[in-house]
Amino acid sequence: MRKNSMTRALLAGFSALAMLAAVAPHAQGQEKIKIGLLEDISGDLALLGMPKLHGSQLALEEINAKGGIMGRQIELIHLDPQGDNARYQEFARRLIQRDKVDVLIGGITSASREALRPIVNRADKLYIYTNQYEGGVCDGNMISVGAVPEQQLSTLIPWMVEKFGKRVYTVAADYNFGQLTAEWTRDLLKKAGGEVIGQEFIPLGVSQFGQTIQNIQKAKPDWLMMLNVGAAQDSFFEQAAAAKLNLPMGSPIKVMLGFEHKRFKPPALENMHAVANWFEEIDTPAARDFKKRWRAKFPNETYINDMGYNAYVAMYMYKMLVETAKSTDKNAIRKVIATGNACIDSPEGKICIDPKSQHTSHHMRLIGVKADHSVEVIKDFGVIQPYWLGEIGCDLTKADPKEQYAPSNLPKKK
Amino acid sequence: MFAELFSIVFQFADVFAFLILAAAGLAIIFGMMGIINMAHGEFIMCGIYVTVIGVQNGLPLPVAQACGALTAGLIGVILERTIIYRLYDRPLDSILATWGISLIVTQGMLVTMGSSWPGIGTPTGSFAVGVYTFSTYRLVLFAAAVVVMIGIYILFMRTSFGTLARATMQNPQMARALGVRTPRVYAASFGVGAALAGLCGALYAPTMTLIPTMGITFIVEAFVTVVVGGSNVLLGTVPAAVVLGVIRTSLNAWHGQIVGQIGMLIAVILVIRVLPEGVSGWLARRAR
Repeated sequence: MRKNSMTRALLAGFSALAMLAAVAPHAQGQEKIKIGLLEDISGDLALLGMPKLHGSQLALEEINAKGGIMGRQIELIHLDPQGDNARYQEFARRLIQRDKVDVLIGGITSASREALRPIVNRADKLYIYTNQYEGGVCDGNMISVGAVPEQQLSTLIPWMVEKFGKRVYTVAADYNFGQLTAEWTRDLLKKAGGEVIGQEFIPLGVSQFGQTIQNIQKAKPDWLMMLNVGAAQDSFFEQAAAAKLNLPMGSPIKVMLGFEHKRFKPPALENMHAVANWFEEIDTPAARDFKKRWRAKFPNETYINDMGYNAYVAMYMYKMLVETAKSTDKNAIRKVIATGNACIDSPEGKICIDPKSQHTSHHMRLIGVKADHSVEVIKDFGVIQPYWLGEIGCDLTKADPKEQYAPSNLPKKK
Repeated sequence: MFAELFSIVFQFADVFAFLILAAAGLAIIFGMMGIINMAHGEFIMCGIYVTVIGVQNGLPLPVAQACGALTAGLIGVILERTIIYRLYDRPLDSILATWGISLIVTQGMLVTMGSSWPGIGTPTGSFAVGVYTFSTYRLVLFAAAVVVMIGIYILFMRTSFGTLARATMQNPQMARALGVRTPRVYAASFGVGAALAGLCGALYAPTMTLIPTMGITFIVEAFVTVVVGGSNVLLGTVPAAVVLGVIRTSLNAWHGQIVGQIGMLIAVILVIRVLPEGVSGWLARRAR
């Protein structure tokens, strides 16, 4: 009897060991996939960074609830660089070297992205930038999920010229995004038969626009291209409305990104136009479902902006890439992109990563703001490819120049 | 031609008003008590948020603005009585302490009030001169700046509080020996400075985006004006605002806001080099 129970204990011990042995390699396979996230949730850009963090968190929760990526749970390590580019660099190094993240996601301004790229390139990590931007980055380490000028401006500018006229005044923030997008505006306007009759670059943080408004009135443009960035510069809209400037406006960043129409009292944003892959007013079954899930988790969100949406989509994009590559290795993932079949079904529809530029195709819509600040869809452009980089000779499947190109800075012809 | 001229004058008045209103509170606190108040922007932000929330709860705009200024002033008095009074002989520590307060307040606002707040809109009313149209409210801002300066003059030169305050400023020991309750004078002066910062915020509240860090947008102009003006608010701030306003307006009109800002900052560097005590220090020395 006694011997029997001892044998049994022994057996139990053995089987426990055997189970441990069986579990051990499995547990190693269960190690979490680490995603390093850099989003500003304090500082001047907090109102944009908060929805981005929320988008990532929502996707994380959904993906983990459905078994993670290849059976591995994912872990988000979020640091807040507070809108400071030096902190972006410091935190990126920390995430890569100490936390050993598998992928880096984030950055708001183009300045922060350009601060991150050299670090990502030196460590040879994968980096996903989730904002719309001025385009042109041809870098094998970077995947861009946001929209670019050929999707936003090649659509918006000809329409604005046809609808409102040829004479345009540009008001732009004075840093790389504003300068490069203003260059795009000049370039595309010329092609559309229009011209920039005046442009003004505003230092970041400036909040008083009396003189700018008068410079505009003196120039008498048909419409304004608004490339002002940051909460301080957004005060332009209130001050222009108070001075009865009453000009049509176009922009690749207003409404769907900074939700100015929710922050300012109507009719300050009346007659603002933008072309976007996402804005909260999109009304399709997939978009409605997405908005419902978002609002269930974050009921107090002022506006689900395109940055937040892109941050959400980026997580699913990464999931698809890792699962197709069966690895988190950067080169394996780039091979998947090179096939041209790196696509996901997102709330805007099916979107794919372009192999040449590693930018994303998007379903673009032109939206306009009415006097009561409601948003209407004026034109549906369908899916537009990020074609510009490929056309000028960037082909990441063949060479990786890690360069940012612009209409005035094209790759040298071989 | 008249339209051009009017436009230039109007823009100058606009810049002047911004400089005066942004700097008045800072100048009083610096000039009276030697405290460099790094939380100046947060008093402005306090005025803004109280005004906006007041209007959204049905108060008429002027009443809400008065509430904004008073709330900021009250908080200023409380802060002086709890923290600032310990730091009168430690100017560097006072910079650190007020900066810390500023960080705590902005982050606290971000956590409790969210990253943005819906605006209230500028009171309607505009007028046209030639091709230009102007918002009438900007004239209100200019008038307010003038009234604030006259108010400061009357308060410090024509009231008994002003006499006591100036006595305390010049020689605190002697003032105390003659029976002046200097702690009260300090608290009241700090309160007046904070209230003026709050008033600045209250006045600009309808014209701007509302975020917790918005006080920062006033800070550069406020410090620049105080540096150029020097420690005497009555002698320094107005000439400083006139000089900086002229430089900024003409450069803005000539070549846009970047040049305007660069020109203003270069002017400050030159003034620090030539007149280290600011305009008021120079005027006071000439008077002697």
